[in-house]
Amino acid sequence: MNRIVAVENLSESVVKLEIEAPRIAQKRKAGHFVIVKLGLKGERIPLTISSADTEKGTITLIIQKVGVTSHKIAVLNIGDEVTDVVGPLGLATHIEKIGTVLCAGGGVGTAPLLPIVEAMHKAGNRVITVLAARSKDLIILEKEMRAFSDEVIIMTDDGSLGKQGLVTHGMEEVILREKVDKAITIGPAIMMKFSSMLTKKYNIPTEASLNAIMVDGTGMCGACRVTVGGSTKFVCVDGPEFNAHEVNFDELLSRLGGFKDEEYKAYQTYLEGLKKETV
Amino acid sequence: MEIIAEYLKQERSQEWREELRKSMKSKDRTTKVRVHMPEEDPIKRAKSHIEVNRGLTMEIAVEEAQRCLDCPDPTCMQGCPVSINIPKFIKYVEKQDFAMAARTLKETNALPAVCGRVCPQEVQCEASCFYTLKLKKIPVAIGHLERFVADWERNSGNMYVPEVAPSNGIKVAIIGSGPSGLAVAGDLIKLGYSVTVFEALHEPGGVLKYGIPEFRLPNEIVDVEINNLKKMGVEFINNFIVGKTATIDDLKEEGFEAFFAGSGAGLPNFMNIPGENANGIMSSNEYLTRVNLMNAAHDDYDTPVFLGKKVAVIGGGNTAMDSVRTAKRLGADKAMIIYRRTLDEMPARAEEIKHAQEEGIEFLNLNSPIEYFADKNGRVNKMRLQKMELGEPDSSGRRRPVPIEGSEYELETDLVVVSVGVSPNPLIPASLPGLNVSRWGTIIVDDKEMQSSIPELFAGGDIVRGGATVILAMGDGRNAAAGIHRYLQNINKK
Repeated sequence: MNRIVAVENLSESVVKLEIEAPRIAQKRKAGHFVIVKLGLKGERIPLTISSADTEKGTITLIIQKVGVTSHKIAVLNIGDEVTDVVGPLGLATHIEKIGTVLCAGGGVGTAPLLPIVEAMHKAGNRVITVLAARSKDLIILEKEMRAFSDEVIIMTDDGSLGKQGLVTHGMEEVILREKVDKAITIGPAIMMKFSSMLTKKYNIPTEASLNAIMVDGTGMCGACRVTVGGSTKFVCVDGPEFNAHEVNFDELLSRLGGFKDEEYKAYQTYLEGLKKETV
Repeated sequence: MEIIAEYLKQERSQEWREELRKSMKSKDRTTKVRVHMPEEDPIKRAKSHIEVNRGLTMEIAVEEAQRCLDCPDPTCMQGCPVSINIPKFIKYVEKQDFAMAARTLKETNALPAVCGRVCPQEVQCEASCFYTLKLKKIPVAIGHLERFVADWERNSGNMYVPEVAPSNGIKVAIIGSGPSGLAVAGDLIKLGYSVTVFEALHEPGGVLKYGIPEFRLPNEIVDVEINNLKKMGVEFINNFIVGKTATIDDLKEEGFEAFFAGSGAGLPNFMNIPGENANGIMSSNEYLTRVNLMNAAHDDYDTPVFLGKKVAVIGGGNTAMDSVRTAKRLGADKAMIIYRRTLDEMPARAEEIKHAQEEGIEFLNLNSPIEYFADKNGRVNKMRLQKMELGEPDSSGRRRPVPIEGSEYELETDLVVVSVGVSPNPLIPASLPGLNVSRWGTIIVDDKEMQSSIPELFAGGDIVRGGATVILAMGDGRNAAAGIHRYLQNINKK
């Protein structure tokens, strides 16, 4: 069950894992996620399904080492098993032919964006994709994105790849240049907040895929609640995608930071433990 | 009903029962005093997760069993949602044949060690005991005896695995491994069906595992009962969400002929008051799942949980009691229940309220939160409460709480657990367009056999009731198992 069949390091901290999960591969659509748990004492975390191969019966997950759990998963090898994988969860992305779609991916948020770019392209839309990250090393899936995008614009904070600047600079360039019918933004909450502010200024309907803290992922616990249009929604069952212009990103940012200190401490302890092992 | 009455009469007239009845005068039985469940010291237990109720000793259990009069018309059984043959099992206790007592429980109850701990016997079997109804005395401690028998059997190291009929090859899918699903599984496997239980989480047990805390129901005990079902041939598949991982139609194609939805009351209710999404405010489902299922309070487990020194739990049900007593055990200096009515209207079991009071839980009754405030990091630090008074009875028959104008005040808190009920999990109904559901989202079934508007789908527990007890869910499960059996026999005849 859930055996890892392929591993690819996309950058120093970002890993692509292909995992056997035939039923999930059959059912998943763009926008769906899984909950993953590693080991008896592991934590349950949500990860978006980046792609799937129905013939091989595998799903692809892309994960960035940011804490204990993601680190443990990111260092798994071919043949290892992920103890628990459940899904596909959440509502699938609404895909339709609408015209020109501007897709913005920030950092590892590029991974969940990929299936949407692919589906929007296949639905007959003109797809322009903006990928942004701190530096060249953190730009992932460029080749895959090019396969399904009419144009890919790369933005890095330090200018080490593409143009120097933020994701919003790249997006605004497109918006000023041509008519954009819809925008999709996925990445760190702060990036989605600012890209959403930008598209609001230009009145472009925008979807954001939110990355809340979850436990069960089936609506049972409410850890992932978020305010959208003034009312509380659960990211796991009402999302993960919402009208970005109605999302209270400040609340999302605050809730994402809820366990920040504990997580930081746990990760440092874990990394020290790793160092000792190698010494 | 007549068949059951006849069966009970036959069993009661067995020689050993007659001898036992004659061995002691009724008057000697009725003058005995009901046992007290030995409890862990409140100060000691509030610092650990050990079980509060320690269980009866063999001597005390036999003594208590002698109180039972072995009535010709055992009214107690009418109070039991899973129809345990109560006099028979109690008389086996009196006879000190505990193995046979355990077998008797398992004739109709797949989870005796669970029911002996968490059933509200005071409003069920014990409420309709001859002592209560006719003698106006304290009833036989049926629940304590049930627990004693189940524990005795488990500790004997020799668990009886009930006999199952030869396989009939007919596949039944059970959605959810909580109390209702386990009850269906237990009954159908005995009848020879091929039973698969699909569980959404990574471990089976449902609310018995993620909801009820260790100090009331250790997870290990749930596992033993589940293992017993496995030994009988029930297959459990974890990490499988019917409606997502596969639909009911997919499972039909794979040969499943009938389905039972016991997917529970999945969605926690919030009050929708300002500030409720601050960090440190969570549903009881989240709090209890983190602590009970994910072991968040243990350092070597990866899941975190917010800890608090001044913990406010909103609500007055059993889940609220479980949450507030958990908070006390996790180091809260102040662990408070905030409830908008009074102790008299509180839906929690009397025993839970008593245990909570002994452990130093504070009860702020006739209070209701109206707003929360957070510090600069977004963590709750204060709440605004309004005092209430009781008005006219509402539709539930309980007096309605009415806010007192101008009574608002503020209270410091650093952790809030909202325990104001749950709504049905929409996953199953959402994946079945033809299914009749109520306006609250519960699945509508006929109350005898629990059959839904889709003939092959039966349902029970909280997905039907919207929030009830373990034993009512199990009762539903038993009725549904009978319904499924009849349905499958009919279609397979054609």
